[in-house]
Amino acid sequence: RSEAPIPDPFWASLSSSSMAATSSSPSLVDTLFQRSLDDLIRALRSSSSSSVLEAAAIARALDEIRREIRSPDLDTKAVALQKLTYLASLHHLDMSWAAFHALELLPSPSLPHPRVAYLAASLSFHPSSTDLLPLATHQLRKHLAPSPPTPPPSWPPALHLLALASSADLACHLASDLLPILSGPLRPKAIATALRAFAVCPDAAPVLFKPLVDCLSLSSEPRAVSAAVSAFCELALAAPDPSPYLPLAPEFYRLLVDSRNNWVLIKVLKIFARLAPLEPRLAVRIHDPVCQLLRRSPAKSLVFECIRTVLSSLSDDDAAVRLAVDKIKEFLASDDDPNLRYLGLQALAMLGPAYLWAVEESREVVIQSLNDTDTNIRHEALCLIMGMLCESNVVEICNLLIQYAMKSDPDFANEILDAVLATCGRNVYELIVDFDWYVSLLGEMARNPHCAKGDEIERQLVDIGLRVRDARPELVLVARDLLIDPAPLGNPFLCRVLSAAAWVSGEYVESSRNLLELVEALLQPRTNLLSSLVRAVYIQAVFKVVTFSFISFIKQIQAFDTKSSADRNAAFESENGVATADKAVIFDSIDNNETIKHESVSHLLDFVETTVGPLSECDDVEIQERARNVLGLIHIIRETRYWDIVAEHGLTRDKKISEIVELMEAAFSEELGPVSTNAQKRDTVPEGLILNENLSDLAEILGDIDVTPCTSILFSLRCHHPTETKEDSAPVIEPSSLLAEHRKRHGLYYLPTEKDEVESNDYPLASDRLLAVSHVDDAKDIVKLTAQSFIPRKAKPTKPRPVVIRLDEGDGVSSSGLTMVKEFKDDLLSGAIRNVLLGNESKPSSSRDMSSDRTSRRGENDASNNNDLFSQPKESNALDGREHRKSSSRKSRHHTRHKEKNGSPGNEDIEETSHRHSTRSSRHQGRHKHRQRGDAPPDVVSQEPVIQDFLL
Amino acid sequence: MIRAVIVMNTQGKPRLLKFYEFQPPEKQQELTRSVFAVLSGRPDNVSNFVEADAIFGPGTRLVYKHLATLYFVFVFDSCENELAMLDLIQVLVETLDRCFKNVCELDIVFNFNKMHTILDEIIFGGQVLETSSERVLKAVEEISRLEKSSSSVSFVPKSVSGRFGR
Repeated sequence: RSEAPIPDPFWASLSSSSMAATSSSPSLVDTLFQRSLDDLIRALRSSSSSSVLEAAAIARALDEIRREIRSPDLDTKAVALQKLTYLASLHHLDMSWAAFHALELLPSPSLPHPRVAYLAASLSFHPSSTDLLPLATHQLRKHLAPSPPTPPPSWPPALHLLALASSADLACHLASDLLPILSGPLRPKAIATALRAFAVCPDAAPVLFKPLVDCLSLSSEPRAVSAAVSAFCELALAAPDPSPYLPLAPEFYRLLVDSRNNWVLIKVLKIFARLAPLEPRLAVRIHDPVCQLLRRSPAKSLVFECIRTVLSSLSDDDAAVRLAVDKIKEFLASDDDPNLRYLGLQALAMLGPAYLWAVEESREVVIQSLNDTDTNIRHEALCLIMGMLCESNVVEICNLLIQYAMKSDPDFANEILDAVLATCGRNVYELIVDFDWYVSLLGEMARNPHCAKGDEIERQLVDIGLRVRDARPELVLVARDLLIDPAPLGNPFLCRVLSAAAWVSGEYVESSRNLLELVEALLQPRTNLLSSLVRAVYIQAVFKVVTFSFISFIKQIQAFDTKSSADRNAAFESENGVATADKAVIFDSIDNNETIKHESVSHLLDFVETTVGPLSECDDVEIQERARNVLGLIHIIRETRYWDIVAEHGLTRDKKISEIVELMEAAFSEELGPVSTNAQKRDTVPEGLILNENLSDLAEILGDIDVTPCTSILFSLRCHHPTETKEDSAPVIEPSSLLAEHRKRHGLYYLPTEKDEVESNDYPLASDRLLAVSHVDDAKDIVKLTAQSFIPRKAKPTKPRPVVIRLDEGDGVSSSGLTMVKEFKDDLLSGAIRNVLLGNESKPSSSRDMSSDRTSRRGENDASNNNDLFSQPKESNALDGREHRKSSSRKSRHHTRHKEKNGSPGNEDIEETSHRHSTRSSRHQGRHKHRQRGDAPPDVVSQEPVIQDFLL
Repeated sequence: MIRAVIVMNTQGKPRLLKFYEFQPPEKQQELTRSVFAVLSGRPDNVSNFVEADAIFGPGTRLVYKHLATLYFVFVFDSCENELAMLDLIQVLVETLDRCFKNVCELDIVFNFNKMHTILDEIIFGGQVLETSSERVLKAVEEISRLEKSSSSVSFVPKSVSGRFGR
């Protein structure tokens, strides 16, 4: 493709005819014949077998296009642009570089050229990426120029570009050019364009709004009405506050009653559904027509829209809801059409909790939908069932769902797990009364072969452990079952659950029944399949178990010793000053129930030592560190003088032993509580601490210190390690006191349990009692659920709900973010529209910048429109030359704004007169006779009576 | 409003793409791929709606129809009625069928411009304008008549195929 460069003029003169020739034309064939779009498509199709070939073909075509598109011949340029548009649209190439060439083709007198150019532009132009867009302004205006009687063929594509790619500037500049089209035969397209112009440029609203409102009138062509209603639907639904559209309610109502076009009716219903919450009387008004449509219409789309309107806006009206529910049932019963069944379920989901009976009536269909082949339908059914959950049925429904999840496909199984976890965990487990049941359900969920929700199960297991003291024994049981089973160890989705199980059984080890079994489970060989972090949790749990068994053993002996002395209790209490009350109770219970033998503790220590020993050489520091902690503890225990002597009672005489016991207890005695999401906020920043201070200086200081003392390593045995260079293991006393100090220091975060319980007193203890669970033996049949009611029943009392620690309002509630930017923009638009509709003529500043003659013309239009629609005219006599400011009928909140703008409250008279003037100039006076009626004094009329006049 | 119209074949190759909210080319490719991934996983005889929040942003839905080798997909938001959109796909398909006489994928492949002309008569700037395939057909014919009369020369005079036949 490289040829000797020939000077441009020379080559150009050679091919000065109509040939598509440029300076870099490589071959004669290429310059003589240009490939058409069809040729290109054919070439691409023949090379579509492999992506490499196709990419080559596209690259070749792109080379051609780059050459051809610079051709002075418009036909060549057009074909090149067409090809490029095709490639850009369907092969996702960037064509922003060709924006200028598209603009070049716009002025061509031959119609296909601008059409190609407009298509290219509308597919690829956007203000954000095309900085050449302002160059199109002039040509667009020319193409939109009014030329009666028949519209030129350049209108639609020009409008199309404006609709899809207009910038705020473009929309503002061309808004007035849209006006003639808005009353011509191309009205629908112009309306759609105007809608987009509003979106990008709220300032265009004053110009374009009145013609848009005019299109709603009966005399308009049906397609224009349809387009206008769609436009208003779009505007009203997008606006954060749709109140500016309320004054149009009578027009919409008329359409609702008169129109026979389903498309129009659907949009009108959508508008009313949006407006009805603002104006209660609207709901009363639309009740009859909507019910009529609901009964009579054969069009399912319209019926569905009616259902939606009834459920959202007329939900207080029992008869209407009854009718809608009957229609929903028809939808649900259409076996051959999954679309209707799907939408029917969605409609059921729209019903609030006040209409549980409606779901109850369709219970069977809903439950059976869980078995549907359609994932949409299954999903909706699941959502519906979850929405029905309440304290009295949560047990049976969740049990069945989890069993159903066992045999359904992986995706849906996880969807079920997700739904159950989310619903049961909602608002600090408000639905759960029987935590023992729920904890075992969590264990069951983890056993689901498809379970991929390990993270959430982990979170809830730990969370319940922290919050619900009564659930701990069952929690430990569930954790034990999970830990003992070697199967889940290989499942990467479950390692988080196992981590939680290990933590729970370590932290609440006092509820454990068989310590040796637990340690064996925690140290089984297959644990090497776990990630190092989870393994570290396992070993930490072992540490806690070893500590606990040792302490219990010593306590037991001490208790036995003191039994003989008279003041046994006093001595016991004084010794246990550090321990929390409940731990003391547990030691007591151990003391009473079973005796721990020296051999069993010794055996436990031996076992731990042999299995953990190799881990002290582990690559992973987390594992290594914790393994060393455990070994260190065992080492200390062994070192005590009387340990190896079987004479148990000698042990208590060693002061070191009681020291160790005290320290170990201090380390683990304080209970961990849930951390409030607002905990950080409550902490006051100490004086003199600047949080945002740059810490870069710290690096310098740290650079001088080679080894920072590591306080987190407890009971380290590092001095025994030959390669260890660090300082000798600290005395036992120091680390544990460090830990205690750490906990004391962070007491603000780990909120003490006692305090929490005091706080949680204001949380209402559920008085409802749990329904005696009827165990469904053959629970595999999900349809069994149909036999049970979703409606909450008065259940028989079994046991009260245990205390669940709740910290504060913010606990577990996620804040919902708002998109402020969008709202601001929308507000601009609705503000502009409110101004137009309610007669506040003060325009946004940028529209004032337009040429003065247009402004005045427009101002007149607006004023007549405003007053025509919303004022309550009185006799008109005076004619004031002033600009019409606003209708006198408005005394609502806009009034204050207006006053501010006028500067003085004393110009009521001026307003009055200007208003009269505009009334007289109104063109549509006759059409809205009923508006003439309102002759309330201007000072007291508010926005609402305006609507009353229209509707009632 | 309607956010996008996508026609693609059952291999995931796009045949007509129209986004009524500007999307840069890479994004278009990504969206098309995600839509195809969703659709190709759905068996026949299931409902035609898909929640498209994950692909096209919150509140959007997708309705599609699988006909022969093609998927016709409309993406829309809460301003449109689901069943009406399904009807609109029918209108589009009907119009194509009348326009090309028993439409097949090849017609759509080779009539890039005409496809856009037809679509623009039905949906304009995301708004539904026309629901009668007859009127759409008339408008499209009128446009091609105007195009022909406006340029007496053939539109692609230098095409190889045009010169030497096929």
